[in-house]
Amino acid sequence: MRTPLSQVRGRGTAKFGTEDYWMQRITAVAMVPLTVIFILAVVCVVGAPYERAHAVLSSPLVAIPFAAMVIAGVLHMRIGMQVIIEDYTPSDAWKILFVLMNNFFSALVAIATLWAVAKLSFGM
Amino acid sequence: MSTQSKAGNGVERPLSPHLFIYAPSWTMVMSVVHRGTGAALYFGTLLLAAWLIAAASGPVAYDWAMWAFGSWIGRLVLFGYTWALVCHLIGGIRFLIWDMIIGFGEERRLLALGTWVLSGVFTILIWVVGYMVK
Repeated sequence: MRTPLSQVRGRGTAKFGTEDYWMQRITAVAMVPLTVIFILAVVCVVGAPYERAHAVLSSPLVAIPFAAMVIAGVLHMRIGMQVIIEDYTPSDAWKILFVLMNNFFSALVAIATLWAVAKLSFGM
Repeated sequence: MSTQSKAGNGVERPLSPHLFIYAPSWTMVMSVVHRGTGAALYFGTLLLAAWLIAAASGPVAYDWAMWAFGSWIGRLVLFGYTWALVCHLIGGIRFLIWDMIIGFGEERRLLALGTWVLSGVFTILIWVVGYMVK
């Protein structure tokens, strides 16, 4: 005998919702002070010559909060964009494609930005 | 067998008219703005990455980046980025307050409007200070 159960199996939630919800709040709280530091640092180097900008950006007082902000920010924006995609994408095929692209984009931004912060700190 | 056609494949189901039947309220507007600024900041991370990569690459690349960011269109984009960042930051604090189940009384409208007003004030303040120290 076949029951309709087989048609609903595997079509429920992915069971990661709570982790994502909590991670979104943790990263949000972390980024409140980190964003303030970021804005202050940007105001400090705006219009400055290269040597001064490099000195500020390679200082641990700036580089460490920057790296922390990038990590928290990328985790935060990955979850946020996935929610947007899931809300507005009608078909599963597009949804999978967009979520995949979201993951790749987020990883790329994290790697590229952290590479730059590391290079600024550890010299050239 | 015949139950399959009703399981959702190609069946047009009525959708609830969720968003557009409500009269707009400030809390709703700021919720939409929060999502909008979040999406903008998502792509705005490319500006941050470009700035830091240019700085890491040396003086020539940095001067190029400064030329692009300093052009009138660059400044316009950066002004928008600043506002999106500040608005999302203040709006995010508002959502954290609501997450603690505080502020759902009459003050909820003030909280939502405050995000709007404060984000504008802080954005202008940041740019004024930026031009002053430059």
